[in-house]
Amino acid sequence: MDLILFLAFAAIAVICALSVVLQTHPIASALSLVGVMGALSVLYLLLGAEFIAMVQVIVYAGAVMVLFVFVIMLLNADAESPRSTSAMAKALGLPIFLAFAAVLALAVLRLFPDTPLVRFGEFTGGGPADVGMALFTRYLLPFEVISVLILIAIVGAVVLARKEID
Amino acid sequence: MNGVPLSWYLVLSAILFSLGVAGFLFRRNIITIFMSIELMLNAVNLTFIAFSYDLRQVNGHIFTFFVMVVAAAEAAVGLAIILTVYKNRGTLNADDVNSLRF
Repeated sequence: MDLILFLAFAAIAVICALSVVLQTHPIASALSLVGVMGALSVLYLLLGAEFIAMVQVIVYAGAVMVLFVFVIMLLNADAESPRSTSAMAKALGLPIFLAFAAVLALAVLRLFPDTPLVRFGEFTGGGPADVGMALFTRYLLPFEVISVLILIAIVGAVVLARKEID
Repeated sequence: MNGVPLSWYLVLSAILFSLGVAGFLFRRNIITIFMSIELMLNAVNLTFIAFSYDLRQVNGHIFTFFVMVVAAAEAAVGLAIILTVYKNRGTLNADDVNSLRF
């Protein structure tokens, strides 16, 4: 069951990620990215990260992607026009990408040759209570610092998106 | 109940990350480039969660949480920058925004 769920949602994630990269229209890319995030949240659940899976759906697939879609529609972005690339770039792009992915994957497999099996329900320390306990005791200072970061980001976004900026 | 090797999660993360890198490099629409960055951040989050499972610790979840917060802040500021660029240049093509290019 674990294997089926992993394979199904890993396939969905990879296909949606390919779609993010290959679609020419930004809206199609954004909706594919929502698919990637939904599939990843199921994988987080399989890994016992219940709180993070919910935050992934609410914050990432919900808030951040709505912001993306909102900006795409606000700017009325249309499909990307085909660009003039050199023949060498066209010929080398896919092999270099495949080589990069293969090197990353092989490095992972070499570094962790016999990793333990992941079974759903074996690690149950990822619920809201556990995450909250760690967040408000050991990681209290980073938590407060990151709230300042958010405040700065809000101010920055408001300043940047003002009308009279030049 | 059979399980999945942890390394498969890491390989999936590597594949998603390299797809994000590829999209970042060969897309020309600024918004799509931005979405590729989000894809890379998500791939790294998956690694954090996978190792958090392996070590039976909640610390990786906290780091993922912080990555999500930073990504949300980055999205807000970045999309404001994109809005400003579009207002000033009238284009979303990254090749046309080249004032700083030597």
